[in-house]
Parts: sequence; structure tokens; C-alpha cells
Amino acid sequence: MARVAGGVGCSHVPAVGAAIDKGRTEEPYWAPYFAKLDRARRWIAEVDPDVCIVVYNDHASAFSLEVIPTFALGLADEFPPADEGYGPRPVPVVQGHPELAWHLAESLILDEFDITLVNEMPVDHGLTVPLSVMFGQPEAWPSAVIPLCVNVVQYPPPTGHRCYRLGQALRRALDAYEGDERVVVFGTGGMSHQLQSERAGFINVDFDTAFLDHLVDDPEAVATIPHLDYLRDAGSEGIELVMWLVMRGALGPRVREVYRATHLPTSNTHNGLLILEEES
Amino acid sequence: MPSRRDYDDIPGTIVFDGRQSRRGYALNKFLMSLNQAANREAFKADEAAYLDRFRLDDEQREAVLGRRWLRLLEVGGNVYYTYKLAACDGMTFQDLAGAQTGMTRQEFAEMMLSGGRSPHEGR
Repeated sequence: MARVAGGVGCSHVPAVGAAIDKGRTEEPYWAPYFAKLDRARRWIAEVDPDVCIVVYNDHASAFSLEVIPTFALGLADEFPPADEGYGPRPVPVVQGHPELAWHLAESLILDEFDITLVNEMPVDHGLTVPLSVMFGQPEAWPSAVIPLCVNVVQYPPPTGHRCYRLGQALRRALDAYEGDERVVVFGTGGMSHQLQSERAGFINVDFDTAFLDHLVDDPEAVATIPHLDYLRDAGSEGIELVMWLVMRGALGPRVREVYRATHLPTSNTHNGLLILEEES
Repeated sequence: MPSRRDYDDIPGTIVFDGRQSRRGYALNKFLMSLNQAANREAFKADEAAYLDRFRLDDEQREAVLGRRWLRLLEVGGNVYYTYKLAACDGMTFQDLAGAQTGMTRQEFAEMMLSGGRSPHEGR
């Protein structure tokens, strides 16, 4: 069976990627944020995962309004960085893990999660910024990556409860795998932010703190948060936090918080970084 | 589908739901086309002619040509799609977010540095 070595919750702010790509991490605006990443980078270097399953959302890059899969799993050998309208990020091509990805696809569908299967897609900042946050700027990403893409752009996204259950199904699939790969599951996006209309700039630190606290110790309760509460209290784009529930579902019921860092602001977002390991 | 939704009373917020998606389908198709460098060049060379390739209505067309950022969302644009137009103009996402609020670039940036828009302003 594949071993789930931990879970990472990570915002995927494009400006963080731009700061790395343009060598601006030492500037006064960015240095305090990047100083908070060292502990997380040491953790993942020690874990040295074979595969990262990155739960993220596409932002009008691979998918448009023509076809909108609620859950889509990337099965390819590799995934190039997407041109999101201003040229692709100068980051390595993401190497997939087709064998494990196909196992997950078959297992999830037979476990009644009717995911969309994707053999070709570029990956945008939603996936590559968390890799940059955790791995910095290597010549090649040190881990294979299986993209698990969740629609949170076209309302309604899947419910938090459905995402949590998907994470649990993902875990069952990993447990049943014949290989012995070390796996880290990323839930990305959030925390509170709103990018649109007159309420743009909305931040709610209290909501985010409670979300993180309870994601650790009472995920079943977090899974019941209705979309209306996210929209109202985390901002219209804060609803991305449902993707952290997929990560949490892939871990067992009892977890240990290895590291938590928050930073306000990164661009328009209250940035969150959370590392969890299962209680042994 | 009910004509009113439980989130309609959230102030200053346009949820990109089925109503907006139907309204904005052609507009977002145009915005999505800006993912390709050749299309960005064609758009910049002659914006009006490029827009003729898409079935925008007059309100959408005027909002694109006039860079009316909040209006673009009201007529069905999704903010992530709309950012592709803003990026064509060299704007950051923070520039786009701020431009929808009526604040200046500096005012919006300072609000974010001081902790963002408070939830007490409206939820």
C-alpha cells in the first residue's frame, strides 16, 4: 500500500509565484512571508515524497466554460505549465505518475466518485504555486505529481462534505495500491479572500483561524459548513477552502499539527500554510 | 431554479452562478481566447475587429472596450476570465480587484496592508 506521509494545506496566490519567478522574495513586502516557509520546506525535504497528489482548481486555463468537470484527475506522464494570459510560469514541467493515477481513477469510480479522467492538460498557478511554496526553485520537481482538479470557479462547487468524502475514498484507494510510494496530499486555495465586485479585498481572520483549528480536530464539523457561510464569511473566493477538506479526508481521524503559518496580506489573500501528520 | 438565491443579499458580491454564466458565455469565451499569445497580439492590434469574432452584446462590448471592470462582472464576466484582459493591460490581480471597488490603486493596496476589508463592513 502507498503510505500517506502527511497533508499540506496551502494557499495558491499567483503573486507568490510571480515573486519567486522574478526574484523578489527578499523585498520588504515579501521577505516576512517567505521567511515562514523554511520550516515547511524542511519538513517536505525530510519526508521526501515519491508522489504529491495536489488538489487544486484550474482558473480558466485547462478548462473553460465549454466543459466544467467537478472533479478531474490527471493521468498523464507530464503536465506543462499553462499560459494563463501572460505567458507560462518559468517552472519545471510537472511529471505525473500514470500508474498510481490510473489506480486511483479506477478505485474512485468503483467507489462511486464519478471523476473525469484527463490525459492532457496544462496546469496553472493553482497547482504550481504550492509546489514552489514547498520546493522552491529546483531544476526539476523532486516528486511526481498527480493533479486532482476541483471546480470552484463556476458556482456551485462540490460541497465541503463531498470533498471530505472524496478524500476518504482517495485514502481507501491509496491503501489498496500495490506499490509502496510515499505520498503527500495537498489541499490548496483560500484562505479568506474576495477578488471581485465592490467587496473585493474582504478578509476574515477569525473565520480562517476557526477553519484551521477545526480542520485539525473536528473535520466532520468543518465538512458541514454550507456554501453560503463561505461566501458570506470567507469571501466569494474563500470557498476554495473546500479543497482542503479533500486533503483532510485522506488523513486518518486523528492528526497532529506539525506546522501552521499564516500571513496577511499576500496580494489580496489571507495566506495559509498547514502541515498535518497522522497520529501514530 | 429559484429566481432568488440565499446569497443574493451579500453586499458587493456577484456569485458566478448559472445566471451569470449564461449571461456571460460569449464574453468569457472571448476572455479565454486571450490565453494564446497570438490572440493577445491580434486583440491589441485592433480590439474592435477582434471582438467581432465573438457574439458579445452591446453592453459587453462597451464594457470590454471601455475597461469597465465592475461592469464586466455585472454583464457575465467571471473574475478569473476578466483578469486575462487586465493582464493584457499590464495590470496585477490586485489592480483588477481594486479597480472594481471605486478605490484608487494606492488606497486599495493600503487597505490590504492594513488587514483587508473588515467583515464588519458587510457580510
